[in-house]
Amino acid sequence: MTTLSDPPQGSFRLSMLIYDTRYRSLTFQAIAAILLALAIWYLGSNLIQNLRVQGLDIAYDFLVDPAGYDINQTLIEYDSQSAHWRAAIVGILNTLLVAFLACVTATVFGVFAGVLRLSNNWLVRKLMSFYVEIFRNIPVLIWILIIFFIMIAVMPAPRAFRGDEPDATMLLGLFAFTNRGVYIPAPVWGPGSLVVVATFVASIIGIFAYRRYATKLLYDTGRLLPTGWPSLVILIVPTLLVFFIMGRPIGLDVPELGGFNFRGGIQVGAPLIALWFALSIYTGAFIAENVRAGIQAVSRGQTEAAAALGLRPGRVMKLVVLPQALRVIIPPLISQYLNITKNSSLAIAVGYADITATLGGITLNQTGRAIECVLLLMLFYLTISLTISAVMNVYNNSVKLKER
Amino acid sequence: MSDTHAQSVAFVRDTEIPSAPPPYAATGPVKWMRENLFATHANGALTLIALYVIWYVLSGAVPWIFNGLWNTSSLSECREVLDGTVGACFSVLTERWNQLLFGFQYPEEYYWRPTLAFLLLGVAAAPVLFFDLPRKMLAFTAIYPFVAYWLIWGGTMLTPIVAFLGVAAGAMVYKRFVTGSFALGFFGGIFAAFVVWNLGGFLISDTASDTAMLGAVPSRDLGGFMLNMMLGVTCVSLSIPIGIALALGRQSSMPLIKWICVVFIEFIRGVPLITLLFVASVMLAYFFPPESSLDLFLRVVIMITMFSGAYIAEVIRGGLAALPKGQYEAADSLGLDYAQAMRLIILPQALKISIPGIVNIAVGLFKDTTLVSVIGMFDIVGMIRGPILASTEWNGVYWELLGFASVLFFIVCYGISQYSQWLERRLATDHR
Repeated sequence: MTTLSDPPQGSFRLSMLIYDTRYRSLTFQAIAAILLALAIWYLGSNLIQNLRVQGLDIAYDFLVDPAGYDINQTLIEYDSQSAHWRAAIVGILNTLLVAFLACVTATVFGVFAGVLRLSNNWLVRKLMSFYVEIFRNIPVLIWILIIFFIMIAVMPAPRAFRGDEPDATMLLGLFAFTNRGVYIPAPVWGPGSLVVVATFVASIIGIFAYRRYATKLLYDTGRLLPTGWPSLVILIVPTLLVFFIMGRPIGLDVPELGGFNFRGGIQVGAPLIALWFALSIYTGAFIAENVRAGIQAVSRGQTEAAAALGLRPGRVMKLVVLPQALRVIIPPLISQYLNITKNSSLAIAVGYADITATLGGITLNQTGRAIECVLLLMLFYLTISLTISAVMNVYNNSVKLKER
Repeated sequence: MSDTHAQSVAFVRDTEIPSAPPPYAATGPVKWMRENLFATHANGALTLIALYVIWYVLSGAVPWIFNGLWNTSSLSECREVLDGTVGACFSVLTERWNQLLFGFQYPEEYYWRPTLAFLLLGVAAAPVLFFDLPRKMLAFTAIYPFVAYWLIWGGTMLTPIVAFLGVAAGAMVYKRFVTGSFALGFFGGIFAAFVVWNLGGFLISDTASDTAMLGAVPSRDLGGFMLNMMLGVTCVSLSIPIGIALALGRQSSMPLIKWICVVFIEFIRGVPLITLLFVASVMLAYFFPPESSLDLFLRVVIMITMFSGAYIAEVIRGGLAALPKGQYEAADSLGLDYAQAMRLIILPQALKISIPGIVNIAVGLFKDTTLVSVIGMFDIVGMIRGPILASTEWNGVYWELLGFASVLFFIVCYGISQYSQWLERRLATDHR
């Protein structure tokens, strides 16, 4: 007995390629494959032909040639005789540096503004929504330029610090804010400083151990140990003790005015500060919206239920609202971090030597290797993006609502 | 009975006492301030801090704006006139107004053309944005791209006419055949358009340039805020259909098509727009035959459209995923094929859900059009950083220029986001 939907056996006709749902998807995919191959062939043959006409080839050996340009903000050793690949590494590190700094400060701004937007203080609420709207609706490139130009135009030049009655003075005698950047003291690692650092790390581990012990004691016996001030003591006291026992091995290299500029210390250049500050204040506005949405997404019943259990407001926030709000906040937060990393490529507009400015800017212009440079540039950003999205997927799976 | 009762009670009030006014502190502005500004000590401190911030900003900004000068010829003259008092030098805006809006190469006698195109944009966009307006206005929307092209670039009128005829022919063929099969209508329409364009191409090359009513302007002469508007409007409108196609492709059950879409979307979303603009400026020309000289504007439009298409695809995918499965099953059970189900049941609902996301992308894209200044195009930021700040008269006028650009962007972007909120309320058909 056959039903109507049974296909007729053994009689394949050409029209079935379109009208039979079993074969149709194969037909479409075959067409798509052919079109894709044609497109690749067309673009590829054009590329080969254009390269041959101009006498070029695709080769990456230019990377080992000396770069021949200076970079004023580097994290690793670099001079103009270093190879192009080393300039690219400097760029990568600079990108990661500004992205990391901006992620931290943007989170601080964002959480601050997002929480204050829910404040029951009318004025603060309005002020924060003003901040969010202003910063979200103006391009980040304009913000970077505004802050950069303010730095250049408003901050005093290094020579303003000169003389008996200078126009500008250093903050606490340690920090100098100039139009070339901010000079901060650099730590000098003397002999024995390793012990101090090791003690500091050990005391941080100690804090976690203490808190774990306190929680365990609470669950086992119901005794509540204080965690606030003991943590602070554990953090500070051992490190300070060791610091003085070892005879103060860590010193400070304070920037000093010499010649036309400051010497010593660490120079944080004006482009880095402009980029850092602009990215964090711009992205902070977006994060504020995420935070607000996340907190509002926790239903009121949850807060009320927690209050009915007798929890204090601080604990309601910590134990009930935040864990649920974080599930909503963190995925968009991570994609904002990704945006910061990608937007840090705007460094080229203010002359900060990130990967786009070194590999995609000066190296590209000097060697004329446009295709190679742009491909490497894309590869770098793609690696970062895919890594972060992989991490995000893992996180999303771990906090997913476990439904039964 | 009532009499006895009346005498047994000493006093019964037979009128209601008028209610007393609430205490002074529990009414009017005082109550409002106590509740909203000074509820607790911490709250009061926050209010004072906020007031201080507002006062600080205003005390700097207000005299600066109101002492502003509007008609001096250079920054040094501004400084002379101001003579040490705080004040803005807005003269740069009046003097360079046309440069900021149109760039420094667009012929001055043609300024009315982009202005007219911009005004017509309002007319063309109105029926799309506000669907209470008569549907017949959509006819103008359909011809607007060709009118705007002709107004801004000028040149022979035949080019936009032939382009329009091609699209019209394609649309007619599509309408004729779509009731039978969507694929036939779609591909037939594209084929018809290509036939008309090719035929028209011969016509144009024969009678070129004698028929030019408006002087031609090459793309590299475009600039200023006009360039930002053009890139924004063009790329957003082009990227929505691309985004829909990519989103549907990513949901497809055919592995090859799904794979192509996933790779494309993830690749584009993984790299910053600047690298794609580098591709447009230094790399894209290698992939086309040497004789096809795509100009920079077109290359940038291609790359930005791909960029926003990938982002819009992800938004629409979210909308598709948010639809209840019952909608797909209902469409199947009505006997609709894939194209019909998508066109009539799925996409109208999915797009409605995606509107806020699409608007966010559009606002972001419009802001990102400033990035073209990095690859040497003179949009408004490029004009400010390049010709204007580099000139001897206006070297150092940072606040006024960048502030002006910020105001322009803020007006447009804030307007769009307010519109999207209105649209969301308007389209809300669920029960509440």
